[in-house]
Amino acid sequence: MRVHLGRRLRVATTLGVAAALLAACSGGGPASGSSTKLSDNKIVLGVLNDQSGPYSQLGGKNAVTAVQMAIDDFKAKYGAKAITKNITVISADHQNKPDVAKTDAQQMYGRQQVDAIFDVPTSSAAVAVADVAKQSKRLYFNISGASDDLNGKSCNKYTYHYAYDTNMLAATTGIAATQNGDKNWYIIYPDYLFGQQMRDGFSAAVKSAGGTVVATAASPFPNPTEDYSSLLLKASTLSSKPDTLGAMQAGADLQNVVKQYNQFKLKDKGIKLVVGLMFITDINSLGPDALAGTEFTDPWYWNFDQTNRAFADRFEAKTHSRPTFAHAANYSAAMNYLEAVQAAGTDNADKVVAGLDGKHINDLFLRNGTIRAADHLVTHDTYLAQVKPSSEVSEAWDYEKIVATIPADKAYAPPSGDCHM
Amino acid sequence: MSGFLEQTVNGLASGGFYAMLALGLAVIFGMLGVVNFAHGACYMLGAYGAYVVLHSLGLPFWWALGLVPVVLFLAGMALERAVIARLTPLDPLYNFLLTFGITLVLQAAITWHFGPTASPYEPPVELAGAVRVGSFVYPAYRLFVFGVAAACSLLAWWALARTRVGVVVRAATERPELTRALGVNVARWVTPVFGFGIALAGLAGVLAAPVQAVTPLMGADLIIVVFAVVVIGGLGSIIGSVLTGFAIGVLTSWAQAYAPAVVGQLLIFVLMAAVLLVRPAGLFGTQEAPL
Repeated sequence: MRVHLGRRLRVATTLGVAAALLAACSGGGPASGSSTKLSDNKIVLGVLNDQSGPYSQLGGKNAVTAVQMAIDDFKAKYGAKAITKNITVISADHQNKPDVAKTDAQQMYGRQQVDAIFDVPTSSAAVAVADVAKQSKRLYFNISGASDDLNGKSCNKYTYHYAYDTNMLAATTGIAATQNGDKNWYIIYPDYLFGQQMRDGFSAAVKSAGGTVVATAASPFPNPTEDYSSLLLKASTLSSKPDTLGAMQAGADLQNVVKQYNQFKLKDKGIKLVVGLMFITDINSLGPDALAGTEFTDPWYWNFDQTNRAFADRFEAKTHSRPTFAHAANYSAAMNYLEAVQAAGTDNADKVVAGLDGKHINDLFLRNGTIRAADHLVTHDTYLAQVKPSSEVSEAWDYEKIVATIPADKAYAPPSGDCHM
Repeated sequence: MSGFLEQTVNGLASGGFYAMLALGLAVIFGMLGVVNFAHGACYMLGAYGAYVVLHSLGLPFWWALGLVPVVLFLAGMALERAVIARLTPLDPLYNFLLTFGITLVLQAAITWHFGPTASPYEPPVELAGAVRVGSFVYPAYRLFVFGVAAACSLLAWWALARTRVGVVVRAATERPELTRALGVNVARWVTPVFGFGIALAGLAGVLAAPVQAVTPLMGADLIIVVFAVVVIGGLGSIIGSVLTGFAIGVLTSWAQAYAPAVVGQLLIFVLMAAVLLVRPAGLFGTQEAPL
């Protein structure tokens, strides 16, 4: 009898824990109310991103703070004239898994009555959310997902691709580095949609600028052992020796690659490092000397001008961290969405889209920005940056020297033929 | 050919981390029957320990190498006495859930205090260079990691095979009731063995700080690989877990260098499945071994 009791207790405990975990993972609740202007008398913005894994530093919870700042600024700007005072932000951790992202997005648009989803790093997850947005006929502002599928074959009326894409990174960093003499590339990339597109984009860019790609190699994503040493060792033993290592990993993965690149002294072996995508949080974590001289593309830099700096100061007061370009883009997208709702006088997605399409915008994040109606890519000026050595860093987080401004029309490719709205 | 040699040495260096973590897991499982899910979190604590010793106390890497394992040894013993011991008489599931909970608490606490952002940590200047033998060039620091892991494994083996404590631990691992019946106070050794396992994880964490991004979740995924290593080697088999740790390191390194990416990613789990099918007790485990 005791045995039975013990076993029953054990099953009950397991179920209890499972239930508690499930309960902790969900949140929110149904709400009611109606209005002539707004579908449910309120606006709910949803931030869906990585809040605990390799991409949690570049966006994460601080992206939620950025969207909240946009809401606060919008309310302060319009005061009593605002379409509603009831504007809130909710968030969820998609753990960089497309299936989790899809379920979260369905829940946000459904039960949690979210009007627009923001952020969504990890391209494979971003593409999944774009599909949900299309089916739900609700808006999705992709910020951190880089795949050009989002404005190519996965494009749709309700998805905007903000901030950057893989084509843009390849066309700027890839061509600039090759023209500066990096001719023979060995490209390592994380083995999922983003990494594969970065590999293809950079390979094409390097070739078009007169270089060659001697080899490419994939690393697992996510990489449980965080070990890139085998791929790095391979660089110096390739039959045709590369002079450039193109690292397409991002976030914490990139930090591991750089640490190990420095340890294996590839620079001394004549192999220069070029990174495909880097956030200022990566430089801060590694220390500028680990990356000094590295050129990369930054769509936005906090210390570029007074406007950026003022935002960065407010952001730092709340988060104790300077904003990445993704944080600034989340703010800008949320602000432009709220402005569009205010202008349209409704949160009806089709009417908001009509207001946004083709719009030219200059704001905190977008300089010479255009919301392209053809494929919903949001183009703007981007910057070729170089990491300063610590001797030139004059204050905390002052890590970048802007080498060149790349005008929007040069940075972004024209709409692809794969996009059918 | 020097490429192959480099990859092999590299595999041994990576395998050193698996070996040290697997060794700790194996002795804890053998002695207490506890599957310590918090092992990855203790590894992470080791790396943050090194960071704190360097940035808050201003002491170099070498101090961390000595201090952090000692602190974690004491913390491990306290943890065993305070909670783990209360649950060991019950179903192993209880301690598994408990250590899982401890993992979440530790990760959240570190994230809260240090943030999700990786904390910078440079290798010690003495080992920043590379070792060159002819065309063979390899970072000195990684050779050092391999050396420390091999030394720890040999020391553990020596302690188990040649000392009185080792005899008690081995006897208590294989036949706890019989050992107790022979008048040996098994309980006396349970707490220090748990502390030792945790200290080893901490030492591996200190060694990892210069090679890897120091983040709150650095142990979360690694522990899955180490579990697979322990299962392949044989749960509770000390020699098995160490040898498997090094072997997996080498095989993964070769696979990443010479095979398509997917092989390197799947290798360890395919091996685990194969071993479970053919020899469920693991390569070095005995059929009578618990579980």
